[in-house]
Amino acid sequence: MIEEPLSNSERLIRMATIGRPEPKAQVPTPQTATPVTDQPGEAFLEARSLNVFYGHFQALRSVSIQVPGRQITAIIGPSGCGKSTFIRCFNRMNDTIAGFRAEGQVLFQGRNIYDRRIDVVDVRRRIGMVFQKPNPFPKSIYENVAFGPRINGYEGRLDEIVERALHRAALWDEVKDKIRQNAYALSGGQQQRLCIARALAIEPEVILMDEPCSALDPVATLKIEDLMRQLARDYTIVIVTHNMQQAARVSDWTAVMMMSEDRAGECIEFSATNEIFTNPREKRTEDYITGRFG
Amino acid sequence: MTRTGFERQLIAVQEDMLVMAGMVEAAIERGVEALKTRNVNLAQQIIEDDLKINRKRYETEEKCLELIATQQPLASDLRTIVSVLHITVDLERMGDHAEGIAKIALMLADEPPLKPYIDIPRMAQVASDMLMGSLEAFKDRDPARARAICDQDDEVDALYEQVYRELLTFMINDPRTIQRATYLIWTAHNLERIADRVTNICERVIYLVEGHIEELNVSKY
Repeated sequence: MIEEPLSNSERLIRMATIGRPEPKAQVPTPQTATPVTDQPGEAFLEARSLNVFYGHFQALRSVSIQVPGRQITAIIGPSGCGKSTFIRCFNRMNDTIAGFRAEGQVLFQGRNIYDRRIDVVDVRRRIGMVFQKPNPFPKSIYENVAFGPRINGYEGRLDEIVERALHRAALWDEVKDKIRQNAYALSGGQQQRLCIARALAIEPEVILMDEPCSALDPVATLKIEDLMRQLARDYTIVIVTHNMQQAARVSDWTAVMMMSEDRAGECIEFSATNEIFTNPREKRTEDYITGRFG
Repeated sequence: MTRTGFERQLIAVQEDMLVMAGMVEAAIERGVEALKTRNVNLAQQIIEDDLKINRKRYETEEKCLELIATQQPLASDLRTIVSVLHITVDLERMGDHAEGIAKIALMLADEPPLKPYIDIPRMAQVASDMLMGSLEAFKDRDPARARAICDQDDEVDALYEQVYRELLTFMINDPRTIQRATYLIWTAHNLERIADRVTNICERVIYLVEGHIEELNVSKY
């Protein structure tokens, strides 16, 4: 029996039984994945071939990114890929961990903060940090914010500093009538903004945020995200987040980290956030952000 | 980690789009057939079927919106959904052009044919092949093919110009042909528009694979 040739419409309808298509013509990707694929302008903070070890275990391998000033840079990646280790290198928060050793450079305004002559306290004053869980001191709201300026020997008008920091952290209107109350009376989202105010009170230039919203509800999360956008006008922000949508919403630049076979964390792609989330260059980035990896 | 449910839904919207393309392609082919054979029943059927094409478009659009709202698609998943949304709009408009041809077939059904139809069916064939090819390029994620298909639009444009000049000559020589000739120019115009919309589909294929929007064809018309 001779089969009738199919009409175009019949062919189209037959075609409509498809599996997940594989691209015929792959977009050429560089053979060696250079982590820095775009230069986000002048670097304010920079990791240059950073290797980190905990004893014999290598936690980070050759991580290089350039963090631009007064913008938000997000670090994303699956659990255990070294995101937190990496962000904590930016103000030497890992120094106290037994066996910690860093090779390579972390440049802040062109100076290596791992240089022996660097004053670590000064680095941490200029590069503040906000952590995963809100961790206010068991003191009043006022004392939490005043704490940094006090121990830094500030002798001016503390009230003004406290009020300004609370304003900047978008918390003032909510707490101005109860500023002497214990910080523990605040909600989780308010406590986190208090921690941001506490970081701002010592006038840092960079704010590092390690999963700042992971303990917060969606409304409090959106408030912090709004606040981050406002703060990015004056501060350089680096945020580690598990929440990819959050990175997509708030950041200007995104670094994607992955664990290599020996479990050392590597930065596999660093690009403008819109590029990462619409058209990533690395197949592993694509697999991770589309949820087909992990 | 896989996303089996999402994966299935993502495939389903692409399948819907291809089914819709099949419906549109049939409408084009049958529209020209109805014109050639002065088949009133076929023409009416095409007009009725256009409602099904429109419904399919809205169904597909709703599924795409649901995926965006509930699954937060990113990267190539997002580009796939955005491409399907755009392509179904183009297909729906192509269906309207085919319906336009069917309406002309109805208007011309009682009139003696002005001339044997050669170039108009040829235009329809090229446009239909282009449509077919563009969807194959979509399915195969083949931007080279998409670019090649766009070049065929020149052939359709050339045929359109030929049809236009020939019909103009008819009208000048015998004003009694003006109405029929005008209807036929409209028919050719509908086919020219269909081919143009295929180039939009090709642009989406390139966007889908390469992630950037590239204008492939600036039609003469």
